[in-house]
Amino acid sequence: MRNVDIKMLKQVQHDGPLDRIIIMDFSYTETQDMIRETLSRFLADTYDFDSRNKMIASGSGRDPGIWKALAQDLGMLGASFSEDHGGLGGGHLENALIMEELGKVIAIEPYLQTVVLGGGALKAVGGAIADAVIPEIIGGNVIIAFAYAEPQGRYNLANIRTTAKKDGAGYVLNGHKGVVYAAPWATHLLVTARTGGSGSEANGVSLFLIDANSAGIVRRDYPTVDGFQASEVYFENVAIPGDALLGDDGAGLPLIERIVDEATVAVCAEACGVTAKLHSGTLEYARQRNQFGQPISRFQVLQHRMVDMFMEVEQSKSMTTMATLKLDLPAAERMAAVSACKAKVSRAAKFVGQSAIQTHGGIGITQELAIGHFFKRATMIESQFGSADHHYERFERLTLAD
Amino acid sequence: MQLEFSPEEIAFQQEVRTFIAENYPKNLRSVQDEGHDLSKEDFLSWHRILAKKGWIAPAWPVEYGGTGWTATQRFIWSEELAAADCVGTMPFGLSMVGPVIYTFGTPEQKARFLPGILSGDDWWCQGYSEPGAGSDLASLRTKAVRDGDHYVVNGQKTWTTMAQHADWGFFLVRTDPDAKAQEGISFLLIDMKSPGVTVRPIITLGGEHEVNEVWLEDVRVPIENRVYEENKGWTCAKFLLAHERTGIAAVARSKRGVEKIKAIARTEQDGDRPLIANPFFKRKISELEIDLTALEFTELRSLAGEAAGKGPGPESSLLKIKGSEIQQRITELALEAVGHYGAPYFRGFGEGDNEHPIGPDYAHRAAPTYFNTRKTTIYGGSNEIQRNIIAKMVLGI
Repeated sequence: MRNVDIKMLKQVQHDGPLDRIIIMDFSYTETQDMIRETLSRFLADTYDFDSRNKMIASGSGRDPGIWKALAQDLGMLGASFSEDHGGLGGGHLENALIMEELGKVIAIEPYLQTVVLGGGALKAVGGAIADAVIPEIIGGNVIIAFAYAEPQGRYNLANIRTTAKKDGAGYVLNGHKGVVYAAPWATHLLVTARTGGSGSEANGVSLFLIDANSAGIVRRDYPTVDGFQASEVYFENVAIPGDALLGDDGAGLPLIERIVDEATVAVCAEACGVTAKLHSGTLEYARQRNQFGQPISRFQVLQHRMVDMFMEVEQSKSMTTMATLKLDLPAAERMAAVSACKAKVSRAAKFVGQSAIQTHGGIGITQELAIGHFFKRATMIESQFGSADHHYERFERLTLAD
Repeated sequence: MQLEFSPEEIAFQQEVRTFIAENYPKNLRSVQDEGHDLSKEDFLSWHRILAKKGWIAPAWPVEYGGTGWTATQRFIWSEELAAADCVGTMPFGLSMVGPVIYTFGTPEQKARFLPGILSGDDWWCQGYSEPGAGSDLASLRTKAVRDGDHYVVNGQKTWTTMAQHADWGFFLVRTDPDAKAQEGISFLLIDMKSPGVTVRPIITLGGEHEVNEVWLEDVRVPIENRVYEENKGWTCAKFLLAHERTGIAAVARSKRGVEKIKAIARTEQDGDRPLIANPFFKRKISELEIDLTALEFTELRSLAGEAAGKGPGPESSLLKIKGSEIQQRITELALEAVGHYGAPYFRGFGEGDNEHPIGPDYAHRAAPTYFNTRKTTIYGGSNEIQRNIIAKMVLGI
């Protein structure tokens, strides 16, 4: 059943007695259908459970050949970039459908970090640096990791202690970024730092794209519970050039909020893939697992749980579609939509993941079945770019004025 | 009714608190604090100290090695153990097969097996679940066929906790293939060093090796190792499951868990405030604490009933359901509390240095523990099965 899969929406606004008439078209373009089908087929061939386990267990924790193939054989890394940069001319919708497909195989590719976050920042600022780096992203030669989180800041993007001090034409970076996904693989780091101000002040926050091998960067690498590689990144008097600055000095917060919102929705799209698989895997297991002389899928208490899972998956898709289509609205509307989406999807990821394990019973808690690995990724998605609580709070701040 | 401890009970509390402080193994404390996996010897070091003191089996009748404590004293004891964050003693001998043996066993079986359970010399495991018999335990197919003065046992068990360390296992086996499901099952004690016993690890989601598959191929078991009558093993199994369920509420340990979360939430920053000042997080802690109080007083009422001579009955399913859910919520909150640092997988940390740590120590096990603790609503009779028990046995519907 392809019932309410994400479709493209064209929104037409009219002036008139009705403030706003929305005409919806949830169909995909041919190009979008082709992207999904091509990617889905490629991942089915390359990303089965055993292959994924092998990649994770290998020295670098990934198979770099997959990334190359995504770039060069499939042209997938260019889907969301403009034709001027060598891409396919797509945008948020392409990112969403690619992330959803990656979620269906719990892929550990750095698409979110490189294309959605890195590419998103470059598209937003444009200019020479975008012209130089975007074609390299599309070609698969660049991997970007997003170094933004700090231990004290939690999900507050402005709470930054890492500093970038002006030094002649460039800057000197000092500080510590935590849990930087994909950093061990990265050619570039996208770094948030204070060029002024303090605490959680909006002013003084800046965004830089720097060479990941710059002198003075100390990394501690480790695997994550959901199969990626990440690092603690310490900047110890790292000299960076002036043109590493993306946007304006000290005025980077709106840009950072925008790309993190885009990434949040992309992660929600991934969650749609992850939870859809958790649900279908559970259904399949319940149909073939017999207890008390019948398939456990016949027990009403389990049927209702699986129906609830189904409803959560469907609503996640709906919210992700809604938020994807609102990413280019003015900041306040965009943020409210993204927070609504992430709050809902975080809860769904928890419910669907926990229900999948409970319905599987003991076998769900082992490393031997894929279902447990989907559950682990779903669990990490819950809090990625902000927990449900964080997003309810932001939603309330934006929509429930005193 | 009264809530206050008597002066004697307060003196007892002081006595056990002092004993724990003076005798809890220091190296075990550091193994726990540094978040290492516990070895067999780690578990046994504390067990042996308690055995020597005579406090290893407070719930047992005095004649078999119990302490003779009142229900209140036992409650105080478990509170103090949890408050001091002591490792638990393994339940398979002390809480499971021990009570079965002293209740249903022959004098010879009591003399032979109870001392090893108390001393810790014998490590026990539980051979119940099978790949095809989980919630529907009575559908088990491991069979034991009489051959002279032995049974020959063939089959496969699974989810056998800590079988990798076990000297002995208690197994449910089918001795009458033609009888109705529950009737035809016998309760056997099997030496895990017997030829034909193979233990294979199952690695669970947090990367830990706790559970195993146990394969039995033509394992010869002397008939005197059968507890209770042939084909009446289900009686032992039901008795044991009810016992397993009372301990499963884990109130004292959960209290300690809630305190740990509060400590983490006071340390963790949430932007410009400590996490404990986040109203959403605070509300979750208080909900948890209030639910835990409800569980605690439900358990106390149940214990009072037991003290008055009523054995643990089907209402212990309530303790299992609520206790297991609370244990899970504690791990959920702990994971939520550590924020970004839930993601690093501690088993993959290489050699580190203090200058560049990977998050706070308390974060290292947050996610693996959360994943692992999904088991509590599955094992010991899944919570779905527990609800069936309450519906049938308590509500009569």
